[in-house]
Amino acid sequence: MKEPLFGKTLGQLRALAQELNEPAFVATQLARWLYKQGASDFDAMHNLPKRLRQILGERFEIGRREPERVSLSSDGTKKYLYPTAHARFVETAFIPEGERATLCLSTQVGCKMGCLFCMTGKQGFQGQLTSGEILSQYRSLPEFERITNIVYMGMGEPLDNLDAVLSSLEILTADWGFALSPRRITVSTVGIIPAMRSFLERTECHLAVSLHSPFDEERRRLMPVQNVYPLAEVLAALRMSPIARRRRISFEYIMFDDLNDSPRHAKELVRILSGLRCRVNLIRFHPIPGTPLQSSPDTTIVRFEQQLKGSGIMTTIRASRGQDIMAACGLLSTRALVGASNEVDY
Amino acid sequence: MKKPAAPGTTAAQDGVERVAATSLPLFEARVTENIEVAPGVCLLKYPRTHDFVPGQVVGIAVDRRIVPRYYSIASGKDEPFIDILYDVLPGGELTPLLSKLRSGDLLFVSPASGGFVDTVDPGWWIATGTGIAPFVSMAKSGLAGAKRLVHGSRTLAGFHFRKYFTNLLADRYTCCSSQEEAQGVFAGRLTEWLSRQSLPADQRYLLCGSAGMVVDVRDLLIGKGVPFKQVLSEIYF
Repeated sequence: MKEPLFGKTLGQLRALAQELNEPAFVATQLARWLYKQGASDFDAMHNLPKRLRQILGERFEIGRREPERVSLSSDGTKKYLYPTAHARFVETAFIPEGERATLCLSTQVGCKMGCLFCMTGKQGFQGQLTSGEILSQYRSLPEFERITNIVYMGMGEPLDNLDAVLSSLEILTADWGFALSPRRITVSTVGIIPAMRSFLERTECHLAVSLHSPFDEERRRLMPVQNVYPLAEVLAALRMSPIARRRRISFEYIMFDDLNDSPRHAKELVRILSGLRCRVNLIRFHPIPGTPLQSSPDTTIVRFEQQLKGSGIMTTIRASRGQDIMAACGLLSTRALVGASNEVDY
Repeated sequence: MKKPAAPGTTAAQDGVERVAATSLPLFEARVTENIEVAPGVCLLKYPRTHDFVPGQVVGIAVDRRIVPRYYSIASGKDEPFIDILYDVLPGGELTPLLSKLRSGDLLFVSPASGGFVDTVDPGWWIATGTGIAPFVSMAKSGLAGAKRLVHGSRTLAGFHFRKYFTNLLADRYTCCSSQEEAQGVFAGRLTEWLSRQSLPADQRYLLCGSAGMVVDVRDLLIGKGVPFKQVLSEIYF
């Protein structure tokens, strides 16, 4: 099987050029073909010597993956199905809204975090995406040129696949890559502290932390990661990290009826976020099969928002998009495409 | 049992400088014993450096420059040693190195932390593979008196501490094997066995194992009327 080049950083391409006894500028040429020109085969790389193109073709493939299926929502959202290694699949959501078009990327096939409210979590974990597989969801999207913002909020916990995510961010934001502003990219996490520190140190992209309850025991029942990386330590780590003025830290808060939507919750949220320059995104819960949870009524969500705003916390209510095609927040899943018994590890 | 990872390093071959270890305080410890207890599964022992609550985890590293990984403690709270049960993952960053350690070798360990803890109240412990580790700690600390333990594994070799729990819990201990058969072992996944049981809604259920097992069992419990607030999960990978 040939090694894919799409997804390699400039540093990795330089190492490759060196290995092939080629001058270093070949790496820059390759990066340009891969990320600026969108070359789909080596023959198109006409400024590379024919001999080199032949060698590359023998050992490597471009390796950019194309979507295999698309679902269209009545609200204009599209959900794409992308193949990954080992005949697995991930879903990617394209969410247009006026001038803005957001792409929601997946980073893992399934997820290990087991959050109670998440459809992806229900399929367990089947594998990590490579940097190239993450970036294919962007570059191979038919609406590629319309994308204004990218959020790493699809299937999987991005910071549980840190190396691939960092490589993909480097390629998205570097001048030799896609040259996107890091201010247009947001990476979400449940709060894996060491990886979160690395992310904050090594990128300038925005961070979104899944919070969902300010109370330890309650969050533990919703998000098993709380056992190991408690919210208090996540917040302490954020407070200790130097965060540039233009960089945004946000907290995602799914509103569950009669569980985490009381004035007491809002008050505690205000208390624990005190002193952090941040915003809170309130999200309607999109029910998943077998869940004991319900979404809070809109009136409760608005009241919660007002209580937070009244205490000085910038708060927004996220619009639900793509619910009819299971593309909304927390609904992405390729469980139906997971192989049978060989995927179950017990 | 390996817990939610502490990723934070980048492969050295990329030419990228490895990130510094976390701010997790690490203490030196000397390995007392490190033996293979089943194919690809080892039990590491070192002198206890700090007190802990049964069910908690410790960070372990063989090199201060690399971010430690978390493992459940598998020894009783009053025992002089910390036991760590772990799978040796081929190609893994830590466990192949860990498995090579011998008595007297240096190890870096953190104080215990984590909220996967229990009481003496009646309840259920449900584990797969090395996810049995926190329940070993709880049992050795006197919390097993009113518990039922269900242990799942693909193979019979995966029933770590089987003899210990058979003696301790007798018919309150059930092994479920999805790929091998043996007398006294339920032939099938533990979800199959659980689905046939009457599960009290007022007891606590502690689950420890892979994400797939935890979400399957949690869904099953909720489907059988157990409130989700009664379910505490610990996922490893």
